[in-house]
Amino acid sequence: MAKFLFRRLFTMIATALCLTFIVFYLTNLPPNLEKIAKSEAGSRISDAEVESWLQKNGYAQPLLGRYGEWLGVLPGWTATAADGKVTGRCIARGADPAAAPRFCGVLQGNWGWSNVFKEPVSQIIATRLSLTGWLMLSVMALMVPVALLIGVLAGMREGSKLDRTLSTFSIATTATPEYVSGVLFITIFASSMTGLKWFKGSATSAMDDITFENFFLPVLTIALYGIGYIARMTRASMTEVMTAQYIRTALLKGVSFRQVVLRHALRNALIAPFTVIMLQFPWLLNGVVIVETLFNYKGFGWTLVQAAGNNDIDLLLGCSVVAVAVVLITQLISDIGYAWLNPRIRLS
Amino acid sequence: MTRSDWTPDQPILEIENLSISFFTRLREIPAVMDFSCTVLPGEAMGLVGESGCGKSTVALAVMRYLGKNGRITGGSIRFKGRDLTQMSDDELRRIRGSEIAMIYQEPMASLNPAMRIGAQLAEVPMIHRGMAKAEAWALARQIVADVRLPDPDRILQAYPHQLSGGQQQRIVIAMALMSKPALLILDEPTTALDVTVEAGIVDLVKELAEKYGTSMLFISHNLGLVMEVCDRLTVMYSGEAVETGSVAEVFDRMRHPYTQALFRSIPLPGADKNSRPLVAIPGNFPLPHERPKGCNFGPRCDYFAEGRCNAGDIAMAEVGPRHESRCLRVNEIDWSAPPVAKATQGKAEIGEVVLRMEDLRKYYEVTGGGVFGGGPAKVVKANETLSFEARAGETLAIVGESGCGKSTFAKVLMGLETATSGKIMLYDRDIQNTPIEKRNTDTVSGVQMVFQNPFDTLNPSMTVGRQIIRALEIFGQGASDEDRRERMLQLLDLVKLPRAFADRMPRQLSGGQKQRVGIARAFAGGAKVVVADEPVSALDVSVQAAVTDLLMDIQRENGTTLLFISHDLSIVRYLSDRVMVMYLGHVVELGTTDQVFQPPYHPYTEALLSAVPIADTHVQKKRIVLEGDIPSAMNPPPGCPFQTRCRWKSQVPGGLCEREVPPVRHLAGGHQIKCHLSDEALTTMEPVIKIAAE
Ligand SMILES: Nc1ncnc2c1ncn2[C@@H]1O[C@H](COP(=O)(O)OP(=O)(O)OP(=O)(O)O)[C@@H](O)[C@H]1O
Ligand code: SF4
Ligand code: SF4
Ligand SMILES: [Mg+2]
Repeated sequence: MAKFLFRRLFTMIATALCLTFIVFYLTNLPPNLEKIAKSEAGSRISDAEVESWLQKNGYAQPLLGRYGEWLGVLPGWTATAADGKVTGRCIARGADPAAAPRFCGVLQGNWGWSNVFKEPVSQIIATRLSLTGWLMLSVMALMVPVALLIGVLAGMREGSKLDRTLSTFSIATTATPEYVSGVLFITIFASSMTGLKWFKGSATSAMDDITFENFFLPVLTIALYGIGYIARMTRASMTEVMTAQYIRTALLKGVSFRQVVLRHALRNALIAPFTVIMLQFPWLLNGVVIVETLFNYKGFGWTLVQAAGNNDIDLLLGCSVVAVAVVLITQLISDIGYAWLNPRIRLS
Repeated sequence: MTRSDWTPDQPILEIENLSISFFTRLREIPAVMDFSCTVLPGEAMGLVGESGCGKSTVALAVMRYLGKNGRITGGSIRFKGRDLTQMSDDELRRIRGSEIAMIYQEPMASLNPAMRIGAQLAEVPMIHRGMAKAEAWALARQIVADVRLPDPDRILQAYPHQLSGGQQQRIVIAMALMSKPALLILDEPTTALDVTVEAGIVDLVKELAEKYGTSMLFISHNLGLVMEVCDRLTVMYSGEAVETGSVAEVFDRMRHPYTQALFRSIPLPGADKNSRPLVAIPGNFPLPHERPKGCNFGPRCDYFAEGRCNAGDIAMAEVGPRHESRCLRVNEIDWSAPPVAKATQGKAEIGEVVLRMEDLRKYYEVTGGGVFGGGPAKVVKANETLSFEARAGETLAIVGESGCGKSTFAKVLMGLETATSGKIMLYDRDIQNTPIEKRNTDTVSGVQMVFQNPFDTLNPSMTVGRQIIRALEIFGQGASDEDRRERMLQLLDLVKLPRAFADRMPRQLSGGQKQRVGIARAFAGGAKVVVADEPVSALDVSVQAAVTDLLMDIQRENGTTLLFISHDLSIVRYLSDRVMVMYLGHVVELGTTDQVFQPPYHPYTEALLSAVPIADTHVQKKRIVLEGDIPSAMNPPPGCPFQTRCRWKSQVPGGLCEREVPPVRHLAGGHQIKCHLSDEALTTMEPVIKIAAE
């Protein structure tokens, strides 16, 4: 087990390095750098001035070197201007160059400075991620039990009326993207058009205080799409399990149908959808972008949109680190859980 | 508990005029028609018949479990006097698993892969008797010990995949016995197992049924097995019972042409191939919706009488004490007439050595299991120092159970794998290091293979003729397309298929016909050596004889060397010249058929011979049941490979068997045995099979 975890950790780190490097490369393409120079030093500067600004601010080094600095494994750059003033990556504005640390990257906890929010990236991510964390948690709490229930009920008697009803429902929900269902929900349940006004059409107030009223619609919007998907996976897996010979054995042992489903079929039927559920986590980040924007809930997804829209390199990199970490950790949990559910797999 | 007035001297199970149909979108499939049988308390009833004749359907109908589309369309099934067909779901549930229990063909599939064995066993008394969990587990432990599994505590904690096939089947049996049922239904319980393991299971079932006084409905296609287990049997053909009676009656005084034909198509050790040749049943089994009018067996029956046999339905009629048959002409047929012997053909001349293997070894390296591999690499010794010669026109049988290395050997010979060391000489060419893609067409077409499963080896989307022509092209046969087409038709003649079959698709053929196509393909390039890997074991008994005969006919004509891989000793004895017995990669015995089938034996051969069920009431067999399972090739025992199960081990002094791999001993007449036993011990061996004088 320890060996498995160790090996797994190693591959995770390698993957994380590769992925962040790709993001680093893409955000540091020359046109992006030029945009930064122009936004920092004035939009009308000449090409030569852009060049020298980049030079002075450490952007002109080779990409790999800068990636190392960002990561915190290479010493930050320093430059001495003509007037003898020392600037550098690790030297805060107005601070004493001599007291500055040599390394200042992600590993040292220095995630950079957001040009858009004018705040350290780590701080932004911490607050935004916790907001999104609540959202995801609520979504999972709604989505997983409902989806499994639907899948199992539909799959236990293939072709029954219940199965057909539930399957139609699942297909309908997966076929409806969040931006459609979200808008629909808002117009039906939160606008004056129908006059229902059960819920709030905006989740902004939920950032301070989550209530059923202000939070249910965004949660439902994200969950609904996933419910259909997971339910269909569960149903497929369940119908397959229900035709297995050991189900026949159990029935002919005299086990009641209910017990056959609960004790014999369920665990086997969950093996396949479990992986899918875990994969939903990173995917939720994606659905979250749309829903957070739609409901004006300023979480992680919303931040990502802002960062990408404004060429905020450090923030974008920070977000990608978080995203990569979420993906890899859920993968790990999914593998361990899979092995736990399926005794035929051993972790070694 | 029973409301009826059933008493223990009345039948446990009475099936009367049972008809069952499956309803598909296209049509109604009458799977079982007018089936009756009676099982008395403590009696074991056998149900024999070919694949698809409706045996399992009857069994599942007794369980009232016919799936969504199956329905009982007539008749009654009375269990202890109560009609099962009228019972509610609740009543059925109380009977299932407690009073009627079932044992299935595939033990692995019938156990829940994600539940511990103990939990699966303990469930039964917990449901039916409301037993407490701890008590139920204690009972489970006791029953596991009862089915003679070692280390019951470990087994209870294990998951099904951690047990071997034989152990799994013992668990399924234990599960059935947890509530001491009155009736046990066994649906081909040993078909998926090796013969020596099968013998152990059969012994166990018999012993336990006696101990608990359980009645049995024992389904099998193997007449020998039925003879060993059952008191009475019912022979089924195409959805109907055609003959029923006590085992002795039916085996020795059969009164239905199908039963007779069935017995004539299986090789028995009591008779040699010339005085009692195998007689295949002509034609094919009719599909349920294509049954002929009148007698179902009519089109294949030697005694068919036009206008009578096909006039209308035929009923079962009494022909002796508790002996019935469904044939109109019972009294007109001379049942004692010997089978019409075919003109006996001489054996093919045995020519010079075609194939020689010297010290061939094949080791596989496997990495340790687990999700991400890792663990130390292990070496599986699939073949250890194989040496033998095969001559032109000779049939060499290779016998052994699963995992003994038969198929690896075939693969190395075919060039699908290269040998680890040693030599393979085809004529005078070394071919051990030449993989198949580097072999020249001569070598490739010279060594061909017929596979076990005719269903997977044919391309489903190509006509039969086309597939044979493809083979001809690959082997570089024929000058033009016309030429090859002509050759193809000749090959169809050779394997006795009508020429019209050239335009058929594989799915339109029966199993036996597909196997013939496989054989035609193998002989397309004029093969000199044909490796037949269990060529008939996937086929029905009535077809096996025809395919075996065909192979021998072709061999006679072409002087082919046939390497016949099989676990079925009866058929091996019938057709082979020499026999090689393998166990865990070692050749433990090699000799002519007579030498191998008569003492002195290698201890493993002795056990194997004893394990093979023989459908002949005149044969007396010494019962030798091996303990335990075949060790895994991944983890073979030290010393003699057979030492973990050998009953002669104690005769070898000094624990030699556990330390050293025995050398090959050369006995008289080229007979080889790999065993430490002394010559004296070998001479004390008695024959396993004795044929009682009539
Ligand atoms: N669910 C089903 N739907 C349609 N036809 C079926 C179904 N189950 C069985 N049959 C048909 O009923 C007939 C009897 O099948 P059954 O399984 O009882 O044969 P069997 O004697 O047990 O054969 P085997 O030796 O191969 O187990 C076959 O023709 C089969 O194709
Ligand atoms: S009834 Fe006629 S066809 Fe049928 S088994 Fe008897 S003799 Fe043969
Ligand atoms: S060598 Fe020993 S263990 Fe092996 S078969 Fe002979 S007697 Fe048995
Ligand atoms: Mg069957």
